[in-house]
Formats: sequence, structure tokens, C-alpha cells
Amino acid sequence: MMSASRPTLIINARLIDPETGREEAGALAVENGVIREMGHAIDASLPPDGALVIDARGRALSPGLVDLRAFVGEPRAEHRESLASASRAAAAGGVTTVVCMPDTNPPIDDPAVVDYIIRRARDTAGVRLIPSAALTKGLHGKEMTEFGLLGEAGAVFFTDGARSVSNAQVMRRALTYARDFDALIVHHVEEPSLSSDGVMNEGELASRLGLPGIPKAAETIMLERDLALVRLTGARYHAAMISCAESIAIIARAKDEGLPVTCGVSINNLALNENDIGSYRTFLKLSPPLRAEEDRRSMIEGVASGIIDVIVSDHNPQDVEAKRQPFIECADGAIGLETMLPVALRLVHNGDLSLTTLIRSLATRPADLLNMKQGRLKKGAPADLILFDPDEPFVLDPDTLHSRCKNTPFDGARLQGRVHMAMVAGRIVQES
Amino acid sequence: MSISRREPRLFPHRHLLGIEGLTPEDILQLLDMAEEAVEVSRQVEKKKATLRGRTQINLFFEASTRTQASFELAGKRLGADVMNMSVASSSIKKGETLIDTAMTLNAMRPDLIVVRHHAAGAVGLLARKVDCSVINAGDGAHEHPTQALLDALTIRRAKGRIRGLVVAICGDILHSRVARSNLILLNALGAEVRVIGPTNLLPRGIENMGARVYTNMREGLKDADIVMMLRLQRERMNGSFVPSVKEYFHYFGLDREKLSAAKPDALVMHPGPMNRGVEIASDIADGAQSLIREQVEMGVAVRMAVLEALSRHLSNAEGR
Repeated sequence: MMSASRPTLIINARLIDPETGREEAGALAVENGVIREMGHAIDASLPPDGALVIDARGRALSPGLVDLRAFVGEPRAEHRESLASASRAAAAGGVTTVVCMPDTNPPIDDPAVVDYIIRRARDTAGVRLIPSAALTKGLHGKEMTEFGLLGEAGAVFFTDGARSVSNAQVMRRALTYARDFDALIVHHVEEPSLSSDGVMNEGELASRLGLPGIPKAAETIMLERDLALVRLTGARYHAAMISCAESIAIIARAKDEGLPVTCGVSINNLALNENDIGSYRTFLKLSPPLRAEEDRRSMIEGVASGIIDVIVSDHNPQDVEAKRQPFIECADGAIGLETMLPVALRLVHNGDLSLTTLIRSLATRPADLLNMKQGRLKKGAPADLILFDPDEPFVLDPDTLHSRCKNTPFDGARLQGRVHMAMVAGRIVQES
Repeated sequence: MSISRREPRLFPHRHLLGIEGLTPEDILQLLDMAEEAVEVSRQVEKKKATLRGRTQINLFFEASTRTQASFELAGKRLGADVMNMSVASSSIKKGETLIDTAMTLNAMRPDLIVVRHHAAGAVGLLARKVDCSVINAGDGAHEHPTQALLDALTIRRAKGRIRGLVVAICGDILHSRVARSNLILLNALGAEVRVIGPTNLLPRGIENMGARVYTNMREGLKDADIVMMLRLQRERMNGSFVPSVKEYFHYFGLDREKLSAAKPDALVMHPGPMNRGVEIASDIADGAQSLIREQVEMGVAVRMAVLEALSRHLSNAEGR
């Protein structure tokens, strides 16, 4: 990844720049791993000496996607996903930067583990796999981690992954301390005492299936608490994933107030609702749970309006044994790195979102949260790019996925949108 | 030979996983077959040859005395070889998954598997992995179809009909698979169903599932024809769902005073096992209005009917 890349000229592309909202036909030149220039005025007839020329044939050229939330099994659970397999899945899905969650074994709560992930990713991964670090030691929710040293080692933000910090005092002190380092705190917003017995959205469907439910209040209570603490401390705070209409209103108010608050949504909560669980489909047991259709609609509106900042894959590989269980007993999670873009493109195809709005929440905004210059087509920005055909149809066959686990909710789904090339720092990491 | 007098209609399902998905015609077919099984069970010679040579496995992941005994007796009266497997002696304790257990048993070529499991949906999951017919003997808080069928049979025999009757289901609806199956069945056959309990013990959205909701026992029991009590588990009455046994019995326990709100000829049911003095007073349980012992008898008959109906789908079965 460190080797210098060849100058590259991509011609006949449909340039998608989410930052400016511009879409135009043109070319883009890459040199020394960064974007040198782009636009319709580029002279495609005179590529620099030794340059690789790629004919995009009218396909979309956009910044590579930046996914703030993926669970990878390395270290210790490489059978679920290694950094290498996560990287292959990400590249195939057009994701060029992936933030790994800290719930590995050992958890990423020590600068040495951060260093290990960074080195292993450098040696085995094509895309940028970067670690987040635990918010509390051992992810136990009791004592904060070394935000300063972990940040210096390369951790991009602090989170307890799929767990919530239930103790308000611990959270308050962590936020206060994080502010001194301008660290970003990312939190899974679910009040455990309300959610821990539940396995799906609370409501009539759960009642019919005889499954214990998770009320929306589990999310809104935690979110309101956190925002009160942000008001108190002034720390930068990101709600990892929201799932219901009520949370949109809460976030909107906080933003109006000027609090340093952002939030994300899982691709699953944009694409699916509780009815998709059907007859106990365990691949759809997720946290936060899939909610009602009205909630899904309000998530889409939230992305369109910008109240929701980012879309995440919430990639969570689970092996067969963990999922071939009764619904109530099986593990949470679904894989998503490879399917996030085509699934999200459904929202473009049916007119809910423009392509630039979608790519903004999949690339620009998440890059901003990480203080990265990626996520836009801009002179001097790192050449993390993808070339894709938003219209190309296919039927998803889980066996073709690169992830080590095949727990996709979109098994057999008809999707549109294929990634044909992914480039990281000017180097092609995936081509088809 | 068949225990059915009429030309047998082929029961259109291979498994019985729930009342959901059955048509009123399916339900009535099972009830009619069960009526005849009652006659068989009352003879000195109780044994039929319908399932002779067939193997029935009762696979119980959750302890049960009466349901397991009822299925065992039903299978034996139809001539099946019945094997009981309970969790205490199974390899689930050694870490084997439900699906592995299903596939292992399947390899032994049973014809019918009766399953009880503590997780909702588990019996359906198992049914997808085996070649034989599967009967749900209770899966978590989801369904317990043979209980609902035996309750319907008991009601029909006592009242001569189900349509138009007011049936009040009382107690811990939230955790009850019996309540869910009964709700679906009684609605399908045209009864007016009410549920009565503290809101903590009612599932969300139950009012959209064909039940009128009451949190006051006397109001809910007014003019009821049938009062169906449910068991409340001990661990749920220590302050987690209701404050105490004493308070629960005071407001929701069935005693003579509360029962007087129902019709004078109202009948009382309970799926068992009963907590006397918690959800039902002893004099009511043993009194003239109680159908509780009939329910147990009808249980065997209904299970015979279900086993026979499903057996017609087995390979080389008559009627195929």
C-alpha cells in the first residue's frame, strides 16, 4: 500500500461529487495517490507518460465509501472475519475506508492493540481498515480508556461497539475527558434495562410471534440522556445508529441548539422493516431492531434532510452456528460491507434520494467525522475512488460474497449497482 | 382402519405448527375427528391400529408432565411406537444445537415428532430440517395448538357451539402460548374473545389481534360464557410484573365473588398445572362450573385426532 501508484487517467466517466452536488461527464487524473484534476475540460487525449488510462464507459466515478461501523473478528475470531477478508468484501462493495469496532478479543482498549490492527491492516488489507478504540476498559462500561494515547496510536474514535454505557456518571466523565482531546465519542443508543430481554421491535408483530420486544423508548431514553450530557460537557458526540422517527426529532432539536452532535443509520433500517422478519428469519435479528415501515420512511427522510449524517453497513459477520438457532437465542447482526451500496441505491432508483445525497452520507460526511479529506472529488484529495454502474442488475448469491460469513438479509434479493473498480490512494484494489 | 366415520378429507397440512394458518374447516375437521377419538378412549378396548408400525418421538426441551403423557397415550392408543426424549437426558446439554438434534433424530426415520421448546419459532425451525411430520407441543410464548384445540372441543361439548360465545381469557397473556393459540382459534370459529389482566401481563397490540382488553376482572367477566384462567409463574409475581401473590389474587384470582359477574351458567377452564390460591380458588377449580378435568380427557382425544390427520401424509399411508 505504501508503494507509489502509477499515474492514472479515468476517462468517459460520470463524475459524482457529493460535496458540491455536481454530476458531470468528464475525466479525472490521479497522480502520487491524490486527485490531480478532474472535470469535463480535462484533455483526455494527452495522458502523462506511463499513465494507466481507464475508460469508464459512462459509469459513475465517485469517492470511495467510508463506513464508520464494521465488526471484524481479528484478533481472535478470524473464522468470522479477518482484516484481509473484510478488506476484500469492502473493496467489492466500493467501501475504501472501514472503521473496525473494538469488540475483538482482546478488545481494542490498549494502544498496543491499536498498533497491531494498523500493522496487520497495512500488511493484509487493500482498503483502509482503521481501528476505533473502546470507550471503556474491556467494554465493561465502568472505566474510561486512554483517549490520549489511543488516539495518538491511531484510533479514530471511541465507542463500546454494540454495547451501551448505562452508567451516566461514567458517560459524563468520558465525554468531559474526551473534550480535552477533541475526541469523538460514538455511542450505541439503547438503554440496556429496556432492551436486553427483547429481540425485535416491540409491537403487534412481536406479540404475534411470541417474541419479547424492544420499545423505541430504549433508544430515545439513552439518546436524550446522552444529549443532556453533551449539553453539560460540550464533547463531540455521534449516535451510532438510530432507528425510529422519535429519534430523528430528538437529533434535529439538538442540532438546532447547536450541539456538536451527529448520528448514523444502519443500511438495514433504511432498507428493511420488521415485517421482513417473517417467520423468524434470524439474519434479520439486528441491534437496533428493524422497526415499523413508518420508521423506515422517516429514516430515509432523515438522510434526505441531512438530520442523519451517515449511513453505515453495521457489518457483523456471524457464523452458521450462531445464526442457525431459534430467533430468541441466535446472535445479532448481518453482513453489509459488500451489499451496502447496491441496497442503498434502491433508494435512488425509487426516487427517495438523489445519487449525490446518497454518496454524501456514505462517503463525504463520514470522512468529515474522521477528519479525513476523502469523500469528495477535489484536487489534492486522496484518490480513494470507485467506479460503479448504478443500474446494473443482479441477484444476490451469498456464495459469491467475499465475507467469511454469509449472514446477509438480502439473500436472493434483486439489486442494482455493481462496483467495477475500487482505488485506494491511487492504487487499484478491486477490478472486475 | 380409520376412526373417522365419514369419507376422510385429507388434512391439508403436513405439520401442525400452530393454529395460525389453519382454516375453520381444518379446525372443525380435527374437532370432529377428536369427537370420535373420545368414544374410542371410553371403550374398554382403547387400542386402534391406525399408527401401527409408526414411530412417534416426543421431544421435550422443556419439562412437561401432562402434555407429554397426553401425547404418549394418544400415540399408543393409535398403535404407534412412542419414544420420549426429554432435555435432561438429551445431548442439548452437551452443546448440540437444536438443528443437529433434529437431523440426528431424523436419521432414525421417525414418522411423527412432537416437540416442545422454550423458544418461539423453534418447532418451525426444526420442522424445516426433518422429513417427518412435526407437531408443536408448545414453543416459547408463540403457540400451543393442541391446547387450543382441546379447549375448543371441551367448550363445544359443554355448550354445543362456539360461535357467539363470550370467552374471557384471564391472567398472564404476555407469556402465554395457550392464550395466543386460543385467541386465533376462537376468533376463527366466531367466539367473542376478551383478555383480562394487568397491562404488564398483556402483549402490545393484543387489541389488534381480535381481543377486547380489560384490566378489571369483574368488567371483563360480565356476561361471559367461558372463563379461561392461565397459569402465572412464580418468578413473575415477586415484584417484576406484579407486586405480590396476595395482590394478584385479590384483583385477578378467580373466586366465587368475581365469577358471579359472569353468566350463571358460565364454565371455568384452566390449562394446568394450576396454582391454587394464586390465579384460581380451590372451590372454583373443583366446583360444578369447572371443566378442568374434561379438558384433560379431551387432550388425549384431540392429540389422537391430530396424529391421525397428519399420518395420512406419511408415505404409504392409506388415503394417499
